[in-house]
Amino acid sequence: MSKGNLTRRGVLKTGAVAGAGLAVPTYLSAQESGFTNAPTGSTVTLGFNVPQSGPYADEGADELRAYELAVEHLNGEGDGGMLNTFSSKALQGNGILGKKVDYVTGDTQTKSDAARASAKSMIEKDGAVMITGGSSSGVAVAVQALCQEAGVIFMSGLTHSNDTTGKDRRANGFRHFFNSYMSGAALAPVLAANYGTDRKAYHLTADYNWGYTTEEAVKSSTEALGWETVAAVKTPLTQTDFSSYIAPVLQSGADTLILNHYGGNMVNSLTNAVQFGLRDKQVNGKDFQIVVPLYSRLMAKGAGANVKGIFGSTNWHWSLQDEGSKAFVKSFGTKYGFPPSQAAHTCYVQALLYADAVQRAGSFEPCAVVEALEGFEFDGMGNGPTLYRAEDHQCFKDVLVVKGKDNPSSEFDLLEIVEVTPVDQVTYAPDHPQFAGGALGTCNNGA
Amino acid sequence: MFGLDKKDASLLLVVAALVVFAPFFLNPFPEASGWAQFNAGYPDLMQRFVIFGIFAIGFNILFGLTGYLSFGHAAFLGVGSYAAVWMFKLLSMNVIPAIILAVIAAGVFALIIGYVSLRRSGIYFSILTLAFAQMSFALAYSVLTPITGGETGLQLALDDPRILGGLSSSDGNIPVPGLFGLEMRDSSKLVLGGWVFTFNFGYYFSALIMLLSFYLSIRIFRSPFGMMLRAVKSNQQRLNYTGVNPRPYTLAAFVISGMYAGLAGGLMASMDPLAGAERMFWTASGEVVLMTILGGVGTLIGPVLGAGMIKYMENIISKINSDILHTWFAFLPDGLEDAVVAMIYPFIGKGWHLTLGIVFMLVVIFLPGGLVEGGQRLAGLFRRKKTDESKTATTEPAE
Repeated sequence: MSKGNLTRRGVLKTGAVAGAGLAVPTYLSAQESGFTNAPTGSTVTLGFNVPQSGPYADEGADELRAYELAVEHLNGEGDGGMLNTFSSKALQGNGILGKKVDYVTGDTQTKSDAARASAKSMIEKDGAVMITGGSSSGVAVAVQALCQEAGVIFMSGLTHSNDTTGKDRRANGFRHFFNSYMSGAALAPVLAANYGTDRKAYHLTADYNWGYTTEEAVKSSTEALGWETVAAVKTPLTQTDFSSYIAPVLQSGADTLILNHYGGNMVNSLTNAVQFGLRDKQVNGKDFQIVVPLYSRLMAKGAGANVKGIFGSTNWHWSLQDEGSKAFVKSFGTKYGFPPSQAAHTCYVQALLYADAVQRAGSFEPCAVVEALEGFEFDGMGNGPTLYRAEDHQCFKDVLVVKGKDNPSSEFDLLEIVEVTPVDQVTYAPDHPQFAGGALGTCNNGA
Repeated sequence: MFGLDKKDASLLLVVAALVVFAPFFLNPFPEASGWAQFNAGYPDLMQRFVIFGIFAIGFNILFGLTGYLSFGHAAFLGVGSYAAVWMFKLLSMNVIPAIILAVIAAGVFALIIGYVSLRRSGIYFSILTLAFAQMSFALAYSVLTPITGGETGLQLALDDPRILGGLSSSDGNIPVPGLFGLEMRDSSKLVLGGWVFTFNFGYYFSALIMLLSFYLSIRIFRSPFGMMLRAVKSNQQRLNYTGVNPRPYTLAAFVISGMYAGLAGGLMASMDPLAGAERMFWTASGEVVLMTILGGVGTLIGPVLGAGMIKYMENIISKINSDILHTWFAFLPDGLEDAVVAMIYPFIGKGWHLTLGIVFMLVVIFLPGGLVEGGQRLAGLFRRKKTDESKTATTEPAE
């Protein structure tokens, strides 16, 4: 440097001034209440953090609709929806603990960073006492960890990876949605019954966390029934043309293709596979079959006629005939004019479950809510009797095995329910190898 | 002061004042008013302002001085973040070793990429850096999942070794990053009437580092080394013919700006201990280019302003939803209200990119020098008026 005139004294002086400046904020430290964002006025703010842009924007839009509906019902507007069928009758339709429910929304962009930034601004700026939503496991895990640090409750939306309540579980986070293990456990018997027990499977797996856990789950459940896994190939998440991955399938001697893909990936890979004529082929004297472990109506819509006759699993479907589902479909349909997706269902239920837990606990304090939710058994929310297990904060309930409908009657009527797998068949021990390595820690009330 | 001439010193002081008093003037609206929506004075966003400011300052050293447009700078940010989170996992939750390792890792990474990429200039250089960054993204996203955590991102866990102690916080949870016992998220609130001002330790820590980086950047701009970099920008061929090899200079600039990016990444991880692969995605690299151009390429303060502008829009505009619009325009008659809301709706919420695009276009078309040029023109406007006045003042007595 040409004009360096730093002196020792100068440096010391500046350092002292800067240090004093940094120390000032800590003098002003003051805690106001027992927990983060304790609602003080006549309203309580919930944060709905959903993907409004990016690959899962459709799911996000549907989630937001469900949340708006839930807020309406909690505040006693509309027809009440599932509040009428919910087994717990704590909620009165006058908000939560008498406070009117208010909400803020944010865009996760299906990126962990953006989702955390959005959740942080809800917590730090808008005073949200609970964050919910999301349509990706990566985001769910990231936001769940954030909520744990900040001391608010996180009610995850659509997240299917084992890790959310497995190795990345947190005390302040809860999942209603089912997971990869449950998909595998529910699907395998149906597949064995329809396709036999001596199949050779070829996996195409989206190359990221959710893909790995789904592949592992489906592999271990099908292998337990006698299937053989020929190969498991990872495909990049950003891939849009899967031709080069489909071509080697037939040469491998496999007679079943399992697509561990979600969203746009699944739409493209399934379309490619059908276009290649895989389903018309005969291998090992058997018809070639394709399986999609995680189905959603929005994906089925994207893949069009290609989904006909293809098996998969789903958390919930609007054609279920129990009272809870019917009430939800009715109020959602009245408000928006079409039936809700499974993402909408799980988000709606999560919002209600949180409100109910607060009501029963008598406080918004996260630790009290955690206590109210742990081991909570309920019914009337569309999946039959359900348990929020205390050990990992995962809901245990029936899982649906579905099949692409051969003769859809409308653009929403694309899947038919093949079997409702009872909850016992999909239950696992909290320390199951696919879920091992995590710890809830203790609930955090924050400030 | 500090080896700066008067103009630069006053610029540094202005920036320092802005940064120190940011919690006040970023929260201009009382908490209860409808305008509180536009308040930006909460810790997370203020941290982002200064951290992306550092990122953009560093980028400007390369792009503003040498004219080399790197389209893969986010890779260094990502490397810095991963390095910092690994230090939190292995060593301790103190941010100092994390930030140091972040800067070193990003510097080494920049040296390797720069050594290869700088063999070409112009668009080829941009494409090479873009290719490297996308390669790093793909590696981080899937192949290197054991190191980077893949799609889920690299996170802290309760069973991390943390050999220097601090395995878990007192209540059995994962500890949070701090500086010798002061946690980065420590905040204190000052309530003045309807206003609430938040002072966050993490913010002031980042702000101090930002001021140091800003100072360093001024010194680089004014040094003979900076002059050499400007020579590379104006005419590299002439430099070659006079027998000067520009490569060591450009490589040094590249590594310095990579280290700035690593510093920003390390700070980001210190504020929020998670590193995700999206941080390295090409759109993130594009964002810093936007920040620099929006603020003013080659100016000292421009990149900081651009970073602030983009982060403000991303965090504030994107959170306005149709309900909020309806409450704003509730005073209008029903039909008109719906029409106005329908007109504005595409530009808010998820449409914030659209708003940003329009602002960017307007700036590039009408203010090619960025926000800094806008400020200069405004200043010029007032100055001319003043000189006019003085002219009339001097001419009048003669009459």
